[in-house]
Amino acid sequence: MSVLVNKDTKVLVQGMGKTGRFHTDMAIAYGTNMVGAVHPSRAGQVERFTGETDHSGVQGRPDEYDVTIPIFRTVRDAVRSTGANASVVYVPPPFAADAIMEAAEAGVPLIVTVTEGIPVADMVMAKRYLEGKNVRLVGPNCPGVITPQECKIGIMPGYIHTPGRIGVVSRSGTLTYEAVHQLTLNGLGQTTAIGIGGDPVNGTNFVDALAAFNDDPATEGVIVIGEIGGTAEEEAAEWIKANMTKPVAAFIAGTSAPAGKRMGHAGAIISGGKGTAEAKIEALEGAGVVMASTPTDMGSAMLEALSSAG
Amino acid sequence: MKIHEYQAKALMKVRGIPVPEGVMAATVDEAVAAVRQLIESTGNAVVVVKSQIHAGGRGKGHFKEHPGVGGVSVVLDGIDGGIEAAESRVRELASQMLGSTLVTIQTGDEGKIVNRLYIEQGIDIATELYLSVLLDRSTSRNIVMASTEGGTEIEVVASETPDKIIKEDVDPAFGLTDFQARRIAHGLGFEGDTFKNGVRFLKTLTEFASDMDTDLVEINPLVVTTDGRVMALDGKMAFEANALYRHPDVAELRDETEEDPAELEAKEFGLSFISLDGSIGCMVNGAGLAMATMDIIKYVGGEPANFLDVGGGAEKDQIVAAFKLITADPNVKGIFVNIFGGIMRCDIIANGVVAAVEEVGLEVPLVVRLEGTNVELGKQIIDDSDLNVVSATDMKDGAEKIVELAK
Repeated sequence: MSVLVNKDTKVLVQGMGKTGRFHTDMAIAYGTNMVGAVHPSRAGQVERFTGETDHSGVQGRPDEYDVTIPIFRTVRDAVRSTGANASVVYVPPPFAADAIMEAAEAGVPLIVTVTEGIPVADMVMAKRYLEGKNVRLVGPNCPGVITPQECKIGIMPGYIHTPGRIGVVSRSGTLTYEAVHQLTLNGLGQTTAIGIGGDPVNGTNFVDALAAFNDDPATEGVIVIGEIGGTAEEEAAEWIKANMTKPVAAFIAGTSAPAGKRMGHAGAIISGGKGTAEAKIEALEGAGVVMASTPTDMGSAMLEALSSAG
Repeated sequence: MKIHEYQAKALMKVRGIPVPEGVMAATVDEAVAAVRQLIESTGNAVVVVKSQIHAGGRGKGHFKEHPGVGGVSVVLDGIDGGIEAAESRVRELASQMLGSTLVTIQTGDEGKIVNRLYIEQGIDIATELYLSVLLDRSTSRNIVMASTEGGTEIEVVASETPDKIIKEDVDPAFGLTDFQARRIAHGLGFEGDTFKNGVRFLKTLTEFASDMDTDLVEINPLVVTTDGRVMALDGKMAFEANALYRHPDVAELRDETEEDPAELEAKEFGLSFISLDGSIGCMVNGAGLAMATMDIIKYVGGEPANFLDVGGGAEKDQIVAAFKLITADPNVKGIFVNIFGGIMRCDIIANGVVAAVEEVGLEVPLVVRLEGTNVELGKQIIDDSDLNVVSATDMKDGAEKIVELAK
């Protein structure tokens, strides 16, 4: 079991440019079922991918792959022809919010948006558009979602993952890799790892991800990786206190960050005395979460949380 | 991207949002010339001389070189002495303020050099209020925030008297509705013509904020004049960097002298760099990991000299540029390269580091921690290079090593 994606996930690519093509190739090598692409001016063409299979991904495949993906004019056409139930967005920032809305309108239930640099106002509008629709948006500005050896959607390196017992949810890409790597080394492995992205306006938040992991029978514990800015971690702490039945470990980046400076991510900023690491750590500790004092200790914090939960 | 008050007011004026009359002055003569023009056109003998820097708290700030002069000065000499008296006072003030260093609560002790002044007409104020439009991350929408407590820091109002803050959420599909604008206007105590003016002001400003892709529009104080007009007496604006491509006219308002030169240079190479006060230079891939690297350096007893994210697709040239940025800081006593290769391959980083050291030289200890894609190849490149590099097994190990070596 897992959350959001599994071996039955059929993925559509929106934005088959250089980046989209590269990561589609990586996803196919991993064994993700990539079923089509959308490009307004290349409909009717195909993209062919060949190469060496990444055996850390879906098991039992030949050593080489040769996959041809049809390109469609619209998401609606693509869904109708392929039955895609997920989409990954690599569309450039000025057009990415529209791509999200198009996928939502076409009924794609999971939209993973990797694109970095989408104007905030566009995301405000896109989220308004998604209200009331049965759609889960992950991102933008995120590495994506992976269920090890089943489905990889996004830009994360597949081989560091291993199937296992822990759910990972994170605002930061490379810190997710750090946590995943530690969980692989200490033998816990991952059910699903979700990068929710570093933008101030995003789709899936910590609470959504925690709720999904809480309902997933295979997930035995969750690692939450947060950072300064906003109040998403505080909201997660409240939710954990009230609802979470599984042990949670967490790390918050930015204890040394000065106020008023954006730390790379658009959303990572302490402003008006809000969004500090201290407040987030205090809230999470208050909810019984085991905090990793450094990113090197995320895996061991998870072990500690599991053992103290019995 | 922040802009100056005089620029913000020019944008508001074009949009039909009432602001006082004013003139930007970059020289003493320009400042003096503005006095006659303002007094004659407005009929008000009072003018205000305002320092133009991006940091707030100017009114309560003072100049390093002239401790008796504040960042904002009200010139009353014209009331009794006529235009000439006002001019001579402005001449005196402008020559003290221009080129001097203004220290405010937001500039830090080093302060900021004032290169421009804004000479503005005096306004007869009845009440001072607060108004802002900004993103509420918990609802993913803009909110309009208003308060009767103008002129004070809104954070103080929010923590001490939260009931004095009025908030209305802006649905992007409808904008601020009339009834919401009326609700705010009632809350601010507007009546009669002031009420009508206030509602119009609120709606126009909210539309402006969404059309212009602002991160923040803050008017503190928003004033009601003695003759019932609603006017922006100050104007602070920041624009969202990702949307600047839609507003080339706004992008041109950027004042690079207000920004850190190292941070500007980093931007040219697609690097995200922030100067800090410590002694350990950091080079990391990924914003979260870069922040966490600063944290762990502090955790083991050091102080980071910078935040530096080389991004997910850095090539050799960017690594070299990053290295130059770090070593240009005279406070740096050691460098920690911390890479978790995903898409970014460790061998590319390793080649970049070797090339950078060959080009820039290395006078301080260097600790490199590589993990992830092509890690063995990366380590091999470092080992074969004869560089005086210490390898680390993980982040904590690396942080401990560099802090020890840099002592």
